[in-house]
Amino acid sequence: MTEVQNDFIQKRESIIIKGNVAVAYAAKSARVQVISAYPITPQTTVVEKLSEFVDNGLMPGTQYIKMESEHSVFAAVVGASKAGTRTFTASSGQGIFYAHEMIHWAAGARLPIVVAIASRGPAPPWNIWADFTDVLSQRDTGWMSCFCAEHQEIYDEILMSYKVCEDHDILLPKFVSYGGFILSHTSKPVILEDQDLVDKFLPPLPSEEGWPHIWIDPKRPMMFGNLIMPSSFYYEFRLKIHDANMRAKEKIKKVAKEFEKTFGRNYGNGLIQEYKMDNVNVGVIIYGDLALQMEQAVDDLRDEGYKVGMVKLRHFRPFPTEDIIEVAKKVKVLGVIDRATAFGSQTGGPVSCEVKAALHETKGTATVLPIINGLGGREVTLEQQKNQLIKLVKYNETGEFPKDIIHGTLWDGLLEVE
Amino acid sequence: MTESEKWKKINKSVKERPKVQEYKNWKELSPIPISLPIEGNSGTTGDWRTFRPVIKEGCNKCGICWMYCPEGVIKRKEDGSFEINLTYCKGCGICAKECPTNNIEMVRESDIKDD
Repeated sequence: MTEVQNDFIQKRESIIIKGNVAVAYAAKSARVQVISAYPITPQTTVVEKLSEFVDNGLMPGTQYIKMESEHSVFAAVVGASKAGTRTFTASSGQGIFYAHEMIHWAAGARLPIVVAIASRGPAPPWNIWADFTDVLSQRDTGWMSCFCAEHQEIYDEILMSYKVCEDHDILLPKFVSYGGFILSHTSKPVILEDQDLVDKFLPPLPSEEGWPHIWIDPKRPMMFGNLIMPSSFYYEFRLKIHDANMRAKEKIKKVAKEFEKTFGRNYGNGLIQEYKMDNVNVGVIIYGDLALQMEQAVDDLRDEGYKVGMVKLRHFRPFPTEDIIEVAKKVKVLGVIDRATAFGSQTGGPVSCEVKAALHETKGTATVLPIINGLGGREVTLEQQKNQLIKLVKYNETGEFPKDIIHGTLWDGLLEVE
Repeated sequence: MTESEKWKKINKSVKERPKVQEYKNWKELSPIPISLPIEGNSGTTGDWRTFRPVIKEGCNKCGICWMYCPEGVIKRKEDGSFEINLTYCKGCGICAKECPTNNIEMVRESDIKDD
């Protein structure tokens, strides 16, 4: 970061808040008009904080709806968004699974809803701690999906997401996910941006006319969510959801640039963020909160003379295929670290599968070594991450797979009782 | 033309809107399927009517017909009395059946001469 930008940032006020509170502040800064809420650990304090804001009159013009389940929560934001409002809610693990039907509805109706997900492991066994399987299991719904590595990024990403989603040429919903408890319930300084600046950065709130493609207005009646016969356009509308996702890549990059210009914080090209990826033999792709600690691991190993680097994957949908190929050309061995599972798939990890698929037909790219760690909130220490990197370095040097590999994937940090 | 510009065109009043959407391929489709109200093959629903409800004098303006009308075509005027929108009234007769003072009469359409 340049000195000018540093100066720029230091003028701003920062407060020490929990990740969930940062989410609530982001929703407040975005002037969301409808919030529907239902508690679920570890997301609960998001909607609690928002109810506090609304109750204290800090969010005039915001309708706060208490719902009876996550299915209803998503149904409510779908309805509110159809009527032409900026909507927000937050959820976690089992809640998303329960709302799955409405999640398809939101994307099918092309509604620019932003939802914060404090990710947690799916049950059983019952689990409430960080694990991105919940949000990654919504892969094929048409929603955009991204990960945050730290508190400030959560706040920033929610603002950026509204700008991407509400682009009239994109119009897709988006998940903004971050590790449950690890980010949601820990505190760090977060810069809360000036309301005027945020207002200027975000698109204006939807007018009374609503979105360009859908509205609820008795004077301009329309029917949506209709039945479409197989011979009609169902197939084509599905393609349009995919097309919008793919086109969103450019928009995400553009918004990340604009964000940096306005607020001075850099998030790579928006889709991925490289860290020390110059002059490297071995790299890792990692996402979520573990990416932050991995920066330290990379720093430490660089000091010891290892040529390692990392890439923080920011977006899972749309998947940054082109950027990943570029990254894979720079290194010989590429570790892909998942904190999520895709049982029975090629690698067992959802992101490593995607990366392998992305590199499939490009020659001269790295060998991928899938790694899974930290499931269900299992602690991943700095030492462990350094060991992961060293294993990759050794693999690069000797060409021999690490011995403790299971079904082609390194399941790192398994408990062993002596 | 970008997608949004294309679909701004459709976000207009009913009259300005094209009656039939025209598209050659998936790119020209709107983001979502929608149906816009147009006159159907069978005309407006008022054309289906065999019996017409006629509000006779002596209506006590209780509003029960207004409440029971399944099509919502009975409208309360400023003086509190009611009128029936004959463009959409199907002539089901529920208003006449429910009227507590029997003030609505169902008259066969062919017996009405004034229009």
